[in-house]
Amino acid sequence: MTAVAVDSLDALRDAVRANARVRPVGAGTKPALSAPPRDDVTSLDVSGLRGIVEYDAAELTLTARAGTPVAELEEALAAHGQYLPFDPPLAGAGATLGGVVASGTSGPGAFHYGTVRDFVIGVRFVDGTGELVAGGGRVVKNAAGFDLPKLMVGSLGRLGVLAEVTLKVFPRPAASTTVAFELGGLDAALAAIARLARGPLELDALDLEPPGRVLARIAGDADGLPARAARLAAALDAPGATLAPGAAAASWRAAAELSWIPAGARAVRVATTAREVPALQAALVAAGAQARYGNAANVAWVAWPDAQPLARLDEALGALHLAGTALTGPPAAALLGARRGGAFAARLRAALDPDNRFADEETI
Amino acid sequence: MSAAGDPERALLAAVRAPALGLGERVLTSPAELAAFGSDALTAFHERPLAVVLAERADEVVAVVRACHREGVPFVARGSGTSLSGGSLPIAGGIVIALNRMNRVLSVDPDTCTAVVEPGAINLHVSAAARSHGLAYAPDPSSQSVCTIGGNLAFNSGGAHCLRHGMTANHVLGIRAVLPDGELVELGGASREPVGPDLTGMFCGSEGLFGIALEVTLRLVPIAEATHTALASYDSLELAGEAVARVVAAGMLPVAMEIMDALAIEAAEASVRPGYPPAAALLIVELEGERDVVAADAARLRALLDASGASAVRTTEDPGERALIWKGRKSAFSAVGWLAPDYIVQDGVVPRTRLGEALAEIGRMSAATGIRVANVFHAGDGNLHPLILFDGREPGALERAERLAGEILRMCVLLGGSITGEHGVGVEKRDYMELMFAPEDLALMRRVRAAVDPAELANPGKMLPPRAEAAA
Repeated sequence: MTAVAVDSLDALRDAVRANARVRPVGAGTKPALSAPPRDDVTSLDVSGLRGIVEYDAAELTLTARAGTPVAELEEALAAHGQYLPFDPPLAGAGATLGGVVASGTSGPGAFHYGTVRDFVIGVRFVDGTGELVAGGGRVVKNAAGFDLPKLMVGSLGRLGVLAEVTLKVFPRPAASTTVAFELGGLDAALAAIARLARGPLELDALDLEPPGRVLARIAGDADGLPARAARLAAALDAPGATLAPGAAAASWRAAAELSWIPAGARAVRVATTAREVPALQAALVAAGAQARYGNAANVAWVAWPDAQPLARLDEALGALHLAGTALTGPPAAALLGARRGGAFAARLRAALDPDNRFADEETI
Repeated sequence: MSAAGDPERALLAAVRAPALGLGERVLTSPAELAAFGSDALTAFHERPLAVVLAERADEVVAVVRACHREGVPFVARGSGTSLSGGSLPIAGGIVIALNRMNRVLSVDPDTCTAVVEPGAINLHVSAAARSHGLAYAPDPSSQSVCTIGGNLAFNSGGAHCLRHGMTANHVLGIRAVLPDGELVELGGASREPVGPDLTGMFCGSEGLFGIALEVTLRLVPIAEATHTALASYDSLELAGEAVARVVAAGMLPVAMEIMDALAIEAAEASVRPGYPPAAALLIVELEGERDVVAADAARLRALLDASGASAVRTTEDPGERALIWKGRKSAFSAVGWLAPDYIVQDGVVPRTRLGEALAEIGRMSAATGIRVANVFHAGDGNLHPLILFDGREPGALERAERLAGEILRMCVLLGGSITGEHGVGVEKRDYMELMFAPEDLALMRRVRAAVDPAELANPGKMLPPRAEAAA
């Protein structure tokens, strides 16, 4: 296996041009997507391409090199009372900005203001022809040209290598409180999630630990939180319990860091809606897999046992018309289950990567 | 007008084929076509070969396939409200009118989504969702007439983007026909898509990737409380500084809008919103949970009182709020009271450079003697200078266009964009080279060529003309 590390945009461009097969990697927190699957694929390490390029707190935007650890961005933002509302996952493990964008992953906070796709406003990346190109811009509102920043979200390193990303950022709430509801079963929990998601209480995160535990987080000025938490706890027929601050923080950290996933299982992310959760959960339980659901049951985080072939999950997701991505474990096909986009996806790939430099040839 | 050639004749025969059943919904008489010659950018008009009034998705697909077979260009059209000439017909091409495909097909309160046809009116989506306590957030000023298909194609914004984002942030799934008639499913109903964001890429593509046939939208809960503040200032600069203070205080209003004296005068002359006379008016709106809005409203009031405002008025009354927004949203048409013609621009500047940008526009206006009214989304730096002129004066349109171009150039120089929410269309494609490097535009052209090799889907929009690009 060959590996190349780059620390400048020129070096990145040269490395892409010099290698017929390339798989970009940042901190390697999602190795199923970033580890080279075969000896003839060059591992392109962009973790040296780091640093904040521009951050003006009054502007509520931040531009950084793709290899910058998310934790470094969060620290810089926190110093000005700001944050990334989509809670990038695996930040504690060292996840980089480029890896978060390319994997299209968001954490619990995505429920409130949106996922990573809603915060990426500009990108620079090296396409499959070895050209450094830009899309979007550095202002929060921009409708000029094709939306390449969005296309790069979830591109999984298969359409180009991210070099720089501009994000929209928001003021950080001063404090948060979490209320837990024990609903006794999956159907009741999903009904509770649907009800809470429709307001009127403005939740910061809404997660489901199957079968029946719902976690709702509210955020804002510390003064107002106790009364708001009391109102939230009384919002459903089943009373909620306010978690102790330490327990709440630990629970959300475990969700964002995927640290609840046991040894002997790999993390897989699956796009869902509340309607599809019962069938998915049944298939997972049948395979001995655990799951946790985030963003009002719009995403499943699956702990898929190593003892089970990934092909079984691929099949199960396909049968349910769901799509997923393996994040950890050995290199895997980028997409599991139902593949959407057909001719549109194929044509975009042909335009961005005509020589199949970033192609996904892994079998499941 | 030249006589119809062979491809045109063959295409007309194809869309008139009895099996397709379009019958009288294929318009070709000059009188019928005249109504479709322009969109809201009335300085441009073209005569299409025919207009097809589609009522079903399969009809749209059949017409696109016929266009592909015969090599005839086409453009989809909703209500024709594009301010960038995005739905301007292609001379000798087909206009596929989608306003009859206007149904909200379903609203799912359990997933907070709606599925709609492309011709559904923006405001009708919220109306259909209201009984579930839900709404569709993006609110272009033309929301009572503009369609979701057009919003999607141009990634439209609105006054409340500051908090809610633009159209692309609210489109989850698209069923579309590509320019060669191929059908694709992009995204779905989940807010956490897997794989490249193809839905996001299709949004804002200005019709160059084909036509959306069915759209899955994200709905948001109707806010429990809404608080609107109206502050008057003796100068635009003071109003701009107040916006900076709100941002610096860590507040996140849903909207922050500024209107200058000329825009206030126009609004008062037309819809009489009862604005106080001022050099500048700032509208700030808060929405959310009852107790949070109440606390934020008190903080906002203190900030505005300390910001040098000559008067501050607040309301939580829906009727009064509606009137305030009616004045703001009618500002474009209202300047018709001040001058026979106007150009509206849509440039964006970094929000910290708003004051600089406005001062510069003021200088340009004074130097050219051309009146400019300003209404803008101050919270996100999106300017809408309204350049007033009288088209009957020789050279007046050209002078106004020159000034509009200078304003866009300034926006890019300040680090912004040539368009925040109206799209490039036919109007601003010559300015794309200000924003993007040759290699960026080359990639966009390569993408376009891969998706639509024959360049039949809305050619002549967004991408700058080839000859200039080659130079």
